[in-house]
Amino acid sequence: MGASDFSKLPHIGESVRRKEDYRFLTGAGQYTDDIVLAAQSFAVFVRSPHAHAKVVSINTDAAKAAPGVIGVFTGADVAADNINGLPCGWLITSTNGEPMKEPPHPILAQGKVRYVGDGVAMVVAETLQQARDAAERVEVDYDVLPAVVNVQDAAAGAVAGAGLHDIAEDNHCFKWAIGDKGAVDAVFANAAHVTKLDLVNNRLIPNAMEPRAAIGSYNRGTDEYTLYVSNQNPHVERLLMTAFVMGLPEHKVRVIAPDVGGGFGSKIFLYAEDVCLTWASKKLNRNIKWVADRSESFLTDAHGRDHASHAEMAMDASGKFLAMRVHTDANVGAYLSTFASAVPTILYATLLAGQYSTPQVYVEVDTWFTNTSPVDAYRGAGRPEATYLLERLVSRCAWDMGLSQDDIRKRNFITSFPYQTPVALQYDVGDYHACMTQSQELADVAGFAARRVASEAKGLKRGMGYSSYIEACGIAPSNIAGALGARAGLFECGEVRVHPTGSVTVFTGSHSHGQGHETTFAQVVAARLGIPVENVDIVHGDTGRVPFGMGTYGSRSISVGGAALMKALDKIEAKAKKIAAHLMEASDADIDFAGGEFTVKGTDKKIPFAQVSLAAYVPHNYPLDKLEPGLNETAFYDPTNFTFPAGTYICEVEVDPQTGVVRVDRFTAVDDFGTIINPMIVEGQVHGGLVQGIGQALMENCVYDRETGQLLTGSYMDYAMPRADDFPQFKLGHVCTPCTHNPLGTKGCGEAGAIGSPPAVINAVLDALAPLGVKDFDMPATPHRVWQAIQNAKT
Amino acid sequence: MPVQFTVNGRPASVDAPANTLLVHALREHLHLTGTHVGCDTSQCGACTVLLDGRAIKSCAMLAVQAEGCEITTIEGLATADGGMHPMQAAFKECHGLQCGFCTPGMVLSAVDLVKRYPGASEAEIRALLDGNMCRCTGYQNIVKAVQQGQQAMAASAA
Repeated sequence: MGASDFSKLPHIGESVRRKEDYRFLTGAGQYTDDIVLAAQSFAVFVRSPHAHAKVVSINTDAAKAAPGVIGVFTGADVAADNINGLPCGWLITSTNGEPMKEPPHPILAQGKVRYVGDGVAMVVAETLQQARDAAERVEVDYDVLPAVVNVQDAAAGAVAGAGLHDIAEDNHCFKWAIGDKGAVDAVFANAAHVTKLDLVNNRLIPNAMEPRAAIGSYNRGTDEYTLYVSNQNPHVERLLMTAFVMGLPEHKVRVIAPDVGGGFGSKIFLYAEDVCLTWASKKLNRNIKWVADRSESFLTDAHGRDHASHAEMAMDASGKFLAMRVHTDANVGAYLSTFASAVPTILYATLLAGQYSTPQVYVEVDTWFTNTSPVDAYRGAGRPEATYLLERLVSRCAWDMGLSQDDIRKRNFITSFPYQTPVALQYDVGDYHACMTQSQELADVAGFAARRVASEAKGLKRGMGYSSYIEACGIAPSNIAGALGARAGLFECGEVRVHPTGSVTVFTGSHSHGQGHETTFAQVVAARLGIPVENVDIVHGDTGRVPFGMGTYGSRSISVGGAALMKALDKIEAKAKKIAAHLMEASDADIDFAGGEFTVKGTDKKIPFAQVSLAAYVPHNYPLDKLEPGLNETAFYDPTNFTFPAGTYICEVEVDPQTGVVRVDRFTAVDDFGTIINPMIVEGQVHGGLVQGIGQALMENCVYDRETGQLLTGSYMDYAMPRADDFPQFKLGHVCTPCTHNPLGTKGCGEAGAIGSPPAVINAVLDALAPLGVKDFDMPATPHRVWQAIQNAKT
Repeated sequence: MPVQFTVNGRPASVDAPANTLLVHALREHLHLTGTHVGCDTSQCGACTVLLDGRAIKSCAMLAVQAEGCEITTIEGLATADGGMHPMQAAFKECHGLQCGFCTPGMVLSAVDLVKRYPGASEAEIRALLDGNMCRCTGYQNIVKAVQQGQQAMAASAA
């Protein structure tokens, strides 16, 4: 079935209330820490208090002798058992043809620690308190080394002796580039105008509300491991852990990601703790639970963003973009996390054409190791960094050329599709002018001047900022990704199991940790089969129940996971039609299926779906010579292209010039997500993304001490989390140009809000402060930074 | 150290070390795992329960301090047959939750908020939710849910 027919089915576009909510609202959700296994023991990790140090010696004698202790493990035990380090899932090749530097990422330190929080030992005891007490007794002698934490410092080689890895003494991981440098430079040489901008994309800590947690379990009787883990993609977790790290056969390892309390990317990755628990569960023949406390999450969850960039746009005299060139230094932290290398390259530089028909773009990226927690995908993953850079630059171009922010965008929008960008991607479809127009209407741009006057009367500065973002979702196809360095497939798998009485259980490799798959996916299946949504249940998050899967990241679930279900449903429908043809004594070609009924063309014969499913399992009157019994189909779907959600966001702020306090007064988001299955859920995704993006722009900021490498923002007392009273009501709108290459027409909505919003906010603040002479400052726009920028502009 | 209190309408007794936090007594001794732990600085509010009718952070008090008190956790908010409290129903209706982790604390805070400030405006509701963090919803639908729950609670009291 194609996207056009699909979007007209019942339940599609309906805000069905969520099937999963009852358990979450009544305390019946089951997160990893809620699971209690028999004879469960507890693990505590001894972590490095230093950003960079040699581990001279570790003495575990006192810890081993402490009450209740079952085992204490260090890097030496890991090495003795030949447990490998954690792999990186994407190989980037440097411009000089060399592969990226891939230093070992041990699950417990091997002679050196490289960031505050790096794991040194694991203590397992009968109770959590005993494990904590014993961990205090692990004596580690460190020889402290100089630390480098800022990416600019790493790039400048500013700290002597701060080489983290033997194979990368200069801390350089790789240099990567895309675009035609010669052509771009030639355009710049003759351009009527060039606008330049330096910007920093501030480092963030993801902060899913459920801290990471895992339980390692081993069954000696069957030689089987089970890992319960708060994770977004259990099959990938299992694949990486078995094939790359532990050398175990996959059929002996089951990974279960039960209810997961938010991920935002930070739970995609294979973490050291997950391997330690799995490994030790066999060594101790015990179930072992570990739950990060929030301080541990701050220190050890993979962080996001952390780019320093220089960008230039060449324009003709009318403000038409001719070419863009960018250099970015990206921080990857102490080790390469699972997708660390793909984020500042494949998921970043390829998005820098944005919504514009700029003929030439050249982007160069240098990545650097630093003494900080690994940096990896966080809601948007590369695309927010691209959007922030481009949309800040575009507004700066407007101001330099004396144009309005919307005018310069409209002059440069791509209007014809498919469109091949100069940075590899080919956009299938979009309508950027429609998003702009609708956003301007909803934002009441016409009334801005009057609102600005009213603000002035209160002594406040009002500004409006635009951001027209594009993103790429559902990373694929696998063969092209493979050619670009991906070490895993990027398809999705779905199984549709029709039960004899016509209810359905669906098994999907996508994982839901707040996105509402149990409802949206049920709507898809119910719509196709013409049965009530209540008759469809979705199973996810368990390698023991779901055939395979790549999980949830990159806003891919509906466009890739949903498309896999559509393929499985095609198979179900095809087989069911044959059964129906037999039951109604008609030829296969004469059977129609709609609204849950099979009919014979040109007759009034009809039978309901449940009668066919029953015949499939009670095949008394059944074409056994031609068909197998049963109605259970599995499909794998590998997309032919990315999907390209896009939109225009308009932010309006009031700034108090006396205090530097910024208040977001209005925020309008118009997105084109293609087909929308459940508007309520989609809008909820946008709201959440907006708050994370506006949070980055206004308050969130991860700070390490520049000399000692200590994390200064290591708790909710120091890291500003957005709260309910930081925001106005958001206004949302939608444009729909269905994706042309998947059977649903969907594009994905999970990350857009976080991608599109930061530049809209900062552009608004800069617009507000332009009369005071402020031209630039870096996120977050805290009162102090804004006030300082105002003071600096006075001198 | 034995502690006696009433939890969700029933007497409960916990024998735990004196330094046991109320949240751990509820989760680990009484297996009421709907109350969650999201931080270690009493900031996030995921552990919010009602203590003698008032929303408190159960990570910020010892179990022994709750001696003799009446505690309501999220498991005790619905009716005995599982029917949702008007505030729970409002959260579902308004899509005021996504991953569900902050939800029990958010709902119990909202119940207390509405009881104490039945006429709270949107701005006041936003300010009064300051002690509860949500990373998923962007708060917009939570605020909507609290407003709807506010009306439903007023209607059911009338």
